[in-house]
Amino acid sequence: MKLMPCPINGWRPVSEFQYRGEVREMPDPASCTDAEWADYVFNRTGSPGIKREWWCHIPSNTWFIAERDTAADRVLRTWAYGEAAQ
Amino acid sequence: MIARLPAVPHEWIDRTKPIPFTFEGRRFEGLAGDCVTSALWGAGERLLGRSFKYHRPRGVLSLANHDVNAMFQWGPRLNVRGDVTPLEEDMILTAVNTVGGLDADRAALLDHMGAFLPVGFYYKAFHKPKSLFPRWERLFRSTTGLGRVDFGTPRRPMSKRYLHTDVLVVGAGCAGLCAAIAAAESGAQVVLVDENAAPGGSLGYQRGGQVTDTALLDDLLSRAASLPNLDLCLGTFAAGYYADFWVPLVSAMGLTKARSRALIVATGAQEQPAVFRNNDLPGVMLASAAQRLVYRYRVQPMDRAVVLAANRDGYLAALDLAANGVEVAAIVDLRAEGEASEAGAAVSEAGIEVLKGYCVYEGLGGGDRLQSAVVCAMEANGVARTSSSRTLRCDGLVMSVGWAPAAALLYQAGAAMRFDEALQQFVPERLPDGVFAAGRVNGVYPVAQKIADGRFAAWEALAHLGRTSQTRARPVLRDGPRPSHAYPIFEHPKGKNFVDFDEDLQLKDFFNAAQEGFDNIELLKRYSTVGMGPSQGKHSNLNAIRILARIRGEPCGAVGSTTARPLYHPVSLGMLAGRGFSPVRRTPLHSRHEALGAVFMMAGNWLRPEYYRQPRKSRAELIQEEALAVRTAVGLIDVGTLGKLEVRGPDAAKFLEQVYAGCFADMQVGATRYALMVEESGVVLDDGVVARLAPEVFYFTTTTGNAPSIYRELSRWHVLWGLDCGLVNLTGALNGINVAGPCARAVFRAVTGMDVSAAAFPFLAARVGIVAGVEVRVMRVGFVGEVGFEVHVAADHAPAVWDALLQAGHTYGIRPFGVEAQRVLRLEKGHLIVGQDTDGLTQPFDAGLGWAVRMQKPFFVGQRSLAILKERPPKHVLAGFMRETREPMPKEGHLVIEGGAIAGRVTSVAWSGTLGRTVGLAYVAPDLAQPSREIRIRADGGVLLTARVARTPFYDPDGSRQTLGDGEVERHQVESGRAATVAVER
Repeated sequence: MKLMPCPINGWRPVSEFQYRGEVREMPDPASCTDAEWADYVFNRTGSPGIKREWWCHIPSNTWFIAERDTAADRVLRTWAYGEAAQ
Repeated sequence: MIARLPAVPHEWIDRTKPIPFTFEGRRFEGLAGDCVTSALWGAGERLLGRSFKYHRPRGVLSLANHDVNAMFQWGPRLNVRGDVTPLEEDMILTAVNTVGGLDADRAALLDHMGAFLPVGFYYKAFHKPKSLFPRWERLFRSTTGLGRVDFGTPRRPMSKRYLHTDVLVVGAGCAGLCAAIAAAESGAQVVLVDENAAPGGSLGYQRGGQVTDTALLDDLLSRAASLPNLDLCLGTFAAGYYADFWVPLVSAMGLTKARSRALIVATGAQEQPAVFRNNDLPGVMLASAAQRLVYRYRVQPMDRAVVLAANRDGYLAALDLAANGVEVAAIVDLRAEGEASEAGAAVSEAGIEVLKGYCVYEGLGGGDRLQSAVVCAMEANGVARTSSSRTLRCDGLVMSVGWAPAAALLYQAGAAMRFDEALQQFVPERLPDGVFAAGRVNGVYPVAQKIADGRFAAWEALAHLGRTSQTRARPVLRDGPRPSHAYPIFEHPKGKNFVDFDEDLQLKDFFNAAQEGFDNIELLKRYSTVGMGPSQGKHSNLNAIRILARIRGEPCGAVGSTTARPLYHPVSLGMLAGRGFSPVRRTPLHSRHEALGAVFMMAGNWLRPEYYRQPRKSRAELIQEEALAVRTAVGLIDVGTLGKLEVRGPDAAKFLEQVYAGCFADMQVGATRYALMVEESGVVLDDGVVARLAPEVFYFTTTTGNAPSIYRELSRWHVLWGLDCGLVNLTGALNGINVAGPCARAVFRAVTGMDVSAAAFPFLAARVGIVAGVEVRVMRVGFVGEVGFEVHVAADHAPAVWDALLQAGHTYGIRPFGVEAQRVLRLEKGHLIVGQDTDGLTQPFDAGLGWAVRMQKPFFVGQRSLAILKERPPKHVLAGFMRETREPMPKEGHLVIEGGAIAGRVTSVAWSGTLGRTVGLAYVAPDLAQPSREIRIRADGGVLLTARVARTPFYDPDGSRQTLGDGEVERHQVESGRAATVAVER
């Protein structure tokens, strides 16, 4: 089973985590067009590469950001949201 | 008395412990330490089993866990592998895959029908006419397959263990031992596993005639034993490699899930057979198999042997046989140049004839065993010159023509392998970080080089772990004599030259498959089934690659290899089966429900009372009775499974405004409000009730099933927005109990000192107070449409509150009700359930929840999407429907049909005893959603049922029941009682 480093709890089996998609910048709802908004809500590239994603360590309810190479299936680094990347 | 060769160091058998057993109805005796095959072979048995397809006689092939033609049935245990299963007292064994016993197997006739059973015949011959297929299928089912499954076998849970270590070394042969010792000597924690019952690998059985010289092995084992941080696990194999050094270790004791920080694969190589006619006769075996019989079990494998050699190992095997009582008739060397090493000289000295540039053209047998070998000189192109044939009398023929690396773990770890032409073997080209290879699997054969290779792998692992900073140069390796022949495969006009002994595949089958276009290695495998038998190609894949390479005129490296998937050896299901760890949650009132006769159902992870059992009453009756009790008197339901969250702090109201679609900032302290949550896409996600307990404290509920995910998602928004408030999950800490019905106020008054009058505690208010001596939060809710008090209390005190309410309600005829009655009650009120009456596309305006959305707020999740959706005409809307009759009743999921097309679907339906009607909710096209309009529902069996669209709520449309004051109860009781009576009479 894969391991994932939680910034609070250290390396844990990936079964303790939940994935919540890529980190995406929300466009300003007041000024964006419907098409821009729909693109934000519905479209993902899915292409392999280095991604920044939301992950949660479920037992401790810790949300953090993981930088992951989805082509090589490797976790590059993780950090708590709002803190500097390790 | 059991005849064995004289004792030598490192033999596996215990001569003092004879073990009786039965095989095919006859009594035998072996020794402790024997495997089944060695005991039988030692007792002179040569026919151990029948092959899969042609039912040919078979004996020993490898003695290395791929002798799948010597598999046995032992009671409920099937496909017991004779070459690796330790002999046990009073085993009763029969060969698998025979018709009428091993000796007189009637299916052996199939051997003469080979010409009519070419590769792929099954696919081609039996698909037409279709009507006959069941007949063919029955025939195949009875003639194919190996052991017999006994469905009465009791389930035997096997233990699971976890193991953590710095370095895991797989394979305790020369390289693996050296690697493990070197790693452990530097202080690392090392676990060394080997599938065999004793360590040493080829050091134990490949002695080159030096029968008692085991100095190197003795030295390695004593050093290994002296290291407390080196754990040697025997009889244990690594079944696969999974991400991040996660390796399942399988032993007779069970499964160990090992996690290491570095992995050294020293799994060695599997000896490969030569392909010639009748290479499967009992007596033809791999040289290493003969050597294992000799040194492990002290069984003399044959009296007179021909050694087919193409490497130094063959000469060592000849010396081993000669030193252990076997007359070696000749060494047949495929190489014209013969063997130049000291082993070649030793063979000459021993007077063994060497036929250089010769091959074995065919084996000749009689009485189900080998009797002689026909050998021929070879042309320069490797073809037998049959004009020069000689027949050598022999009862054994050992093959030593090459090896294939046991590289499954390396492949699974993601190693890139390349075919080394000099070695004629796949070797690792690029290994993943932290994974290292040593010894034969790494293409390293001479003992001195294996020692250096093992040590180097240990140093690489230590460097990976950061335990050493010194640098080392890779030792010179892989420069010994070639261990494998490029093409030890010989055609014969009569065939029966087997490539795959599991599946009875002959050389011609490969040519036929390629000719039919299956000339890619993966296609060839699937069409011919090569490598798909129980040994998974351990003795056949490499030859298949060689044959295909020759057919395509390409090097083996260009043909490539098939994928080596886990598990490496078969693993019994009992080892893999888990204990089904799916946690079930019980509310603090569970024992109360049990005592009251509850029938439980799953709701999310929770066990909830579906209804409460009573003698001589059906489920349907009881559900209606429970619902009627709430309508006419008072009922009590455990709602402790609801998600219960609290948010507090200066930004608490802002937080709720942003996560819910409604408005909360303007709520008074002591008020509650329905709350609807949507996703960013505008789809309905959850609903609940928000209570403002203090200016900066909100207590709110979620649906039962969504509680964990909503809490998690709200936590994420909380992190993302950085608002000044805290979010707490109280789902398990508190329990909710709802007391509802026209008498609920009277019952609740009896257990509390709070002012519960309609004026002081109106509908939709929330209060903090004392009930049964315990602090509680109480909300006036209306889910079931009567006067209701939902009491939330610390979980530990919930039983006391429940008991107090039940006792106080006794005189009012209080009745506990379950989830089913609640579903009927809420449906009568037209209240939807998120997840039942909504799905992954439902937005609030479809579901009639537009009133719970406040678009005028600055921001909430999903607002922008709803702004777009609001302007669009809905595709369908949630509408109520009624039917006068109870049966037949439409079901949830039944389709609404209009003009022959699908126009909606039913999401909820139930019989309402109170109303005397069937009521339900359905999504329908907007033009159908007109009150009184008839709709048709396609029910079971295609019957079209008619229903009438009706306004919701079906019951108490003006909501007067839930605001009922004290004085009105009596009158209502009488009216409801009458209504109930009428309903029941219907």
